Amino acid sequence: MVAIRYPDGVVMAGDRRATSGYLIASRRIDKVYPADDTSGIAIAGAAGPAVELVRLFQTQLEHYEKIEGETLSLEGKANQLGQLVRGNLPAAMQGFVVVPLFAGFDAHHGGGRVFSFDVTGGKYEEFDFQTNGSGGIHARNWIKAQWREDLTEAETVDLALRALFAAADEDAATGGPDLIRRIFPTVAVIDASGFRSIDDDTIARRADALIGGREEGGDE
Amino acid sequence: MTMPFYVPPEQVMKDRADYARKGIARGRSLIGMTGSDGIVLVAENPSRTLYKISEIYDRIAFAGVGKYNEFEMLRIAGVRQADVKGYSFAREDVNARSLANAYAQTLGQVFTHELKPYEIEILVAQVGATPDDDEMFQILYDGVVNDKEGFTVLGGQADAVSELMEQRYQAGLDLAAAVKLGAGALAGSDGTPLTASQLEVAMLDRRRARRAFRRVKGDELDALLASS
Repeated sequence: MVAIRYPDGVVMAGDRRATSGYLIASRRIDKVYPADDTSGIAIAGAAGPAVELVRLFQTQLEHYEKIEGETLSLEGKANQLGQLVRGNLPAAMQGFVVVPLFAGFDAHHGGGRVFSFDVTGGKYEEFDFQTNGSGGIHARNWIKAQWREDLTEAETVDLALRALFAAADEDAATGGPDLIRRIFPTVAVIDASGFRSIDDDTIARRADALIGGREEGGDE
Repeated sequence: MTMPFYVPPEQVMKDRADYARKGIARGRSLIGMTGSDGIVLVAENPSRTLYKISEIYDRIAFAGVGKYNEFEMLRIAGVRQADVKGYSFAREDVNARSLANAYAQTLGQVFTHELKPYEIEILVAQVGATPDDDEMFQILYDGVVNDKEGFTVLGGQADAVSELMEQRYQAGLDLAAAVKLGAGALAGSDGTPLTASQLEVAMLDRRRARRAFRRVKGDELDALLASS
């Protein structure tokens, strides 16, 4: 999963593969979800607890908003998520680790922000981008080499896709573009107008255009 | 030893009901009505921050008149019940009827067992796919539930406002028509319609995909009131 900042907001993207040991458990799982109208969460780790964590987090944010009549600050949401991750620590010690990426548009700061977490619930704000999951290190290196301060939204979406393809090229547990079944990553953009998922057709078009590039060993 | 006077239970209940009714009538009125765009809730409320109308869940809104702290407590309990139910089961399993029943239980209990009844009247509204599917439950201070169709008036001069609504309301009103009707009816038969600064307006928007509740305020409300 990747979250990349650009001047107007953040792009989040995730591959579609879930594994169970050496088996592919799912080719179509979604790992990027809206947390509320202005933020998103991308999950990595044990699928069951991770999906449950997302559901609880979404419910908590909405509950707070309705009770208090206004939404939590982005920092507040990130801290809340940290507490949920911390609550999973006993399970994490037994192997069911869940580490989310959290990103959103912060109206007070006037831009996108990205937060990563460790298993103890520690929250770390990232400057420009962050990745997680088994292929995260490969995706991160790809982004690190390509990221610029002035990326447009479309360029950032492309960068996210290419980073995921690069990760899939190196890591067995990251799903690459599936040209037979037409399965491509989940991508969401969060800017001043809020969280929106990029539709499958648009992503499929971009993926088709990018396939076979250097991130997939195109020059070899 | 002094002996307490015997008060017949009929008298106790009547006194409590009178007490609650007086408290409710002191406040200002609120109207809920179904229309083509959704369920529109219009209240006379000069405060910008203390709301009488609010969101409970995806398709469900809450409105209360009377003592603020009392209906606010019920609102929070309702949001909690709905969120827990939606989280435990599924979002579509949360409905206005079961919420209205829970409110009726609470208000009924308080009316008979507590020192004083709640001086409130509340409305639980749920928007459907068409106006025929809309549901509005009005719950009185003693726990009596009424299932309303078309429109309903709570609190303040409810009878007078109801009479005006009876004459002027028609099915299938759009948002602008509903807001203007509400602003006019709340002002009474000879008053000038209430202005945006005196009104609190919200709606359950039939066309919105998930969370249907939204507040109608600021420029949008001004424009709706000014439209012809």
